[in-house]
Amino acid sequence: MTLTIDRLDCRLGNRRILHGLSGLRARAGEITALIGPNGAGKSTLLKAVAGIEKASGDIVLENRAIGTLSIEQRAGRLYYLPQEIGSRAALNVFEAVLLARRTQVAESPAEAMDAVDQALCSLELDSLAERELAVLSGGQRQRVAIAQAIVRQPRLLMLDEPTSALDLHHQLQVLDYLQRLARRKQLVVVIAIHDLNLAARFADHIWILQSGEHIASGAPGEVLTTERLRQVYAITAHVEWPVDEPPRVTPLAAIRQLGSNNGIA
Amino acid sequence: MKATTSSATDIRPRSTVDRYLARQRRQRWLIAVTTVATLTTLLIDIATGPGPYPLSAVLHALVLPGEVPRILQVVVWDVRLPVALMAIVVGASLAIAGAEMQTLLNNPLADPFTLGISSAASFGAALAIVLGLGIVPLAGTLLVTGNAFALAMLASLMIWGLSRLRGVSIQTMVLMGIAIMFFFNALLGVLQYVASAQSLQQLVFWSLGSLSKASWTKVGLAMLALLVTLPVFARSHWRLTALRLGDVQAKAMGIDVGRLRLRMLLCCALLSATAVAFVGTIGFVGLVGPHIARLLVGEDQRVFLPMSALTGALILSLTSILSKTLVPGILLPVGILTALIGLPFFVSLILRSRRELWG
Repeated sequence: MTLTIDRLDCRLGNRRILHGLSGLRARAGEITALIGPNGAGKSTLLKAVAGIEKASGDIVLENRAIGTLSIEQRAGRLYYLPQEIGSRAALNVFEAVLLARRTQVAESPAEAMDAVDQALCSLELDSLAERELAVLSGGQRQRVAIAQAIVRQPRLLMLDEPTSALDLHHQLQVLDYLQRLARRKQLVVVIAIHDLNLAARFADHIWILQSGEHIASGAPGEVLTTERLRQVYAITAHVEWPVDEPPRVTPLAAIRQLGSNNGIA
Repeated sequence: MKATTSSATDIRPRSTVDRYLARQRRQRWLIAVTTVATLTTLLIDIATGPGPYPLSAVLHALVLPGEVPRILQVVVWDVRLPVALMAIVVGASLAIAGAEMQTLLNNPLADPFTLGISSAASFGAALAIVLGLGIVPLAGTLLVTGNAFALAMLASLMIWGLSRLRGVSIQTMVLMGIAIMFFFNALLGVLQYVASAQSLQQLVFWSLGSLSKASWTKVGLAMLALLVTLPVFARSHWRLTALRLGDVQAKAMGIDVGRLRLRMLLCCALLSATAVAFVGTIGFVGLVGPHIARLLVGEDQRVFLPMSALTGALILSLTSILSKTLVPGILLPVGILTALIGLPFFVSLILRSRRELWG
């Protein structure tokens, strides 16, 4: 057990976003998917762990309480890849990834550049190394952001919807890469994701949040049930459990339809 | 890491590191070329002016002052050199302040002029010129500088204080800067209204921006402000570059964004206040200089910062030459020229390229 979160509370202004989240556990070498509807508090939870949002509670990473550490100290152990990565800085891809490395690791410039080269090659971004961030497509930018995350070699990697702008090929490629990276380097990887089938396919463990509360957690086959999807997402869905394969979720209909209040539906 | 191209038969693509190193070499070349261009304009600026002195005589006076007539020595060393150096130092200061404000506030229109820091400094200086009032207990020239600095700091702190409030966007901070500009311009108007004819003339001349009152003391103080702030900016180069990725990503990289903004805004205030206090209001150098630098070398602060300083210095040095040569026998205020040249250049710059950079 490498990351544990208990009694986590977070307020943004007067609004309480996280309601004493407890019992969240993520293991090294595994992918933990964080799922829940819009406004469930997924991003806030990840930001609170990273120290970007102020929060109270117990956050323990590798037997060390990190909840009281400053943002600089936390950044030495973990990295949060935000949802908003639309930077238009006049930097090329290589410079942007080098920047991520140099704000983290003290080493010679040659070592830093080699690390950047490896990160770019592993995400098939080497051909884009000289391209400016401003002219990249959404998907390319997202892969650059992932390269920025992995080049920092964190112990805990938290990614906020890292595949939202990727095509199917790149979604599978990136998640497969993260899975292998987690296994090989024994990283704790937590991914906030909306696609339940991808979560079921790649995650070893799933956390479900709703309205800032911890609803359930466990293996995909345990937590992704028809009844829970109805409760959390207000949808009817068909969930299959093929033998030796992850569960398959087919959303059927939203229980509450738009416009039903004013007779449009 | 991929293998590098090592022979004619080896046609494997160059590694990303090789390509990056090639880019770095290009950036260093551009910096070297701009440095040479700036030094050349400095020499031309010193050689330009009333008096029948050819370039060779001026160069002689610069290198061996003891061997030239006393009058030439005075013209070169006491009149032209301080003015020419002031153009370089103030141009560099304004461009660095503009570059860092654009970085800190993530806005292409941010510079000491548009954010009201110059206006606040102008009001401070006007308090000293018109009323003889000192915000800080100093005398003479330092009273004007001290006042300008104190007010510039106040304006910077107002912008920074706003940035600490939750829910306040960077755009709001820029709008706040514009409000500060109007506020201090209004106060400046009040002082102009009550000023005596002599102070008003002094104030108007000062507010048009002029290098003609440069002295070695002023050049020294402006240089000191540069020497104090440059290492602070240079030490934070990675963190400043990271700010352009947005606050959340910068924080994720372990950067205390609030503290960084405060420290850097104070440095920008020091640079702008010193520049404005000594040469008056000179607009557009702080806007145009960084934009040219960004087009040439990008925004890696290790090259962006020196390139901005050089382009700012080059622009103001060229303007200083123009101010002496455009209308023979008349010395035009440089502030008027930077506005006249800078504005169309800036508009074309915005329209032509980099439209995508700032969203």
